[in-house]
Amino acid sequence: MTNTQSKTPLLEVKHLKKYFNVKKSKLHAVDDVSASINEGTTLGVVGESGCGKSTLGRVILRLIEPTDGEIYFNGRNIRKAGKREMRELRKSMQIIFQDPYSSLNPRKSVYDLIATPLIVNKMFKNRKELEKRVISLMDMVGLEEGLYNTYPHELDGGRRQRICIARASALEPKFIVCDEPVSALDVSIQAQILNLLMDLQDEMGLTYMFITHDMSVVKHISDEIMVMYMGKCVEKAPSRELFKNPLHPYTKALFSAIPIPDISMRTKKFHVIRGEVTSPIDPEPGCRFAPRCEYCQEGCVGKEIELREVSPSHFVACPFVK
Amino acid sequence: MSENLLEVKDLEVIYKTDQKTVHAINRIGFTLQRGETLGIVGETGAGKTTTGLSILRLLPERTGHVVGGSIIFDGTDLMKLSEEEMRSSIRGERISMIFQDPMTSLNPVMTVGEQIAEAIIYHSESDKSSSEVEARVDEVLEMVGIPAFRKKDYPHQFSGGMKQRVVIAMALACEPELLIADEPTTALDVTIQAQVLAMISELRDRLGTAMIMITNDLGIIAQICDQVAVMYAGQLVETGTLEDIFVKKEHHPYTVGLFGAIPNLNEETDRLSPIDGLMPELLKLPKGCFFAERCPHCMEICKSVPPKAHVNGTHRITCHLFTSKDE
Repeated sequence: MTNTQSKTPLLEVKHLKKYFNVKKSKLHAVDDVSASINEGTTLGVVGESGCGKSTLGRVILRLIEPTDGEIYFNGRNIRKAGKREMRELRKSMQIIFQDPYSSLNPRKSVYDLIATPLIVNKMFKNRKELEKRVISLMDMVGLEEGLYNTYPHELDGGRRQRICIARASALEPKFIVCDEPVSALDVSIQAQILNLLMDLQDEMGLTYMFITHDMSVVKHISDEIMVMYMGKCVEKAPSRELFKNPLHPYTKALFSAIPIPDISMRTKKFHVIRGEVTSPIDPEPGCRFAPRCEYCQEGCVGKEIELREVSPSHFVACPFVK
Repeated sequence: MSENLLEVKDLEVIYKTDQKTVHAINRIGFTLQRGETLGIVGETGAGKTTTGLSILRLLPERTGHVVGGSIIFDGTDLMKLSEEEMRSSIRGERISMIFQDPMTSLNPVMTVGEQIAEAIIYHSESDKSSSEVEARVDEVLEMVGIPAFRKKDYPHQFSGGMKQRVVIAMALACEPELLIADEPTTALDVTIQAQVLAMISELRDRLGTAMIMITNDLGIIAQICDQVAVMYAGQLVETGTLEDIFVKKEHHPYTVGLFGAIPNLNEETDRLSPIDGLMPELLKLPKGCFFAERCPHCMEICKSVPPKAHVNGTHRITCHLFTSKDE
């Protein structure tokens, strides 16, 4: 988080776009998003379902091909990378998915699941070493050695998510996209997994892109936060700054919608924003939030709204924020 | 005691199959007065939903059994009513329930208007003419903020938040005295959740409905409930008023753990303090306190003797830490 300019970012995306084809129209899932993440830091991406946050994560790893834009990893434009090079690159770019129930092959044991990335990439010549590495990975993520031969259905959600984390860290990646890794878990287990992810970051110097819809989780884990609405980044700022001083009307609405476990806040009525997310299919140029925004004026629609830097490293896409 | 709308005493529920018996609810008791809202909070598998289902006698027929206790609703023991009486005079009419997932609680091949009308027709005392029923359907739809002309639409034409509104409209169509809301907003986005919660509490206040709010979000509890029950492994480990739970200093170690595990929006913390371990298997419950294994204050007595309740006014904590001081 210190001095954004001096370091070269580990990952940088510029004007990234992903449009899906639907019946002669285009669904704007990710629409002109630029971001950068420095090594060893976490960028939190928040937004409601359908805002394009998961698509963004997948496009960055080229699990989905972007429609337009550039992705730089370690200074290299990976959109130009060929199949073989991409395979090499994927060793250092990994992903953890939301649902540890469907992202693990039910017919493979814990050992097989964690060993697969190591075998596929021919990391070890002999079985002994491979076994040692798997055991040390299990130990690292807090899975008892005795679970070695168990299958996912025998384990609870927290342990399954630990398998996913062990699998993603097996090749010692530099960058991991965490796509809602804790939203399927109970709060007490969620806290265990968040702590584990933060410990691993310290130990291995990992860089995370942390995708979530939970504001308290994103505040806890991120150095910088990007708020997305319908494929657009509406606000981007260092975590503390964003929570102290949210500027975009959508960010404000999002914050005030969270029920806070403190009864002194009870007198405060829910600040309810009207309406629902409008259609992302061929949207009109202009602010995507305009139809729900209470400050909407002329000038909000008709032309695209630029993301402006209003104070150091605090970017907002709203024409009425000074 | 007659003002209690609902009184649950020593309720015990098991799920039984040929191979095993799951002790889902282990002797819980609580009371609820008219117009009051009780929040039940706990993790997955703590027995929150089972509590709701038992009150409505909707437990799965073959496997779920109430093996002990009573549920007194407005003076009648629901356990003693026949299935026919339950259906004709209680369920949907005086007690109704909203489920977590609005996608699966609506019939996909009926229009929402027909589904709401069904509830009204089955439960109205006097026979209503079809135009009266239609008028009532329009009324309840408007009440939850859906324009009445959309009653001819099918569930798939609505968004998640709208579907949940339809479900709420259906549940409130007969103006029940008790509404059981089982995680009504878990499947919704935060801004939609805020809309739905604001609507539920507004309607509750207007209609004077008592409510049981089942949730795993302490934030929701703080915002809309009057009474709180913390559930763990089929037991109520702590109950009390909102102030007892959120302001007082004395708490059950599990409640402390629940609060410690949520990242706080107003404070900076480097590390969360999760509760170690997992909930005990409900197949073979420990002899003593069910939380003993994960408890940071576990004593010798906790492992062998089930704890009794320490009562301080409205605040009940079932833990040896407090009862040992009582003696």
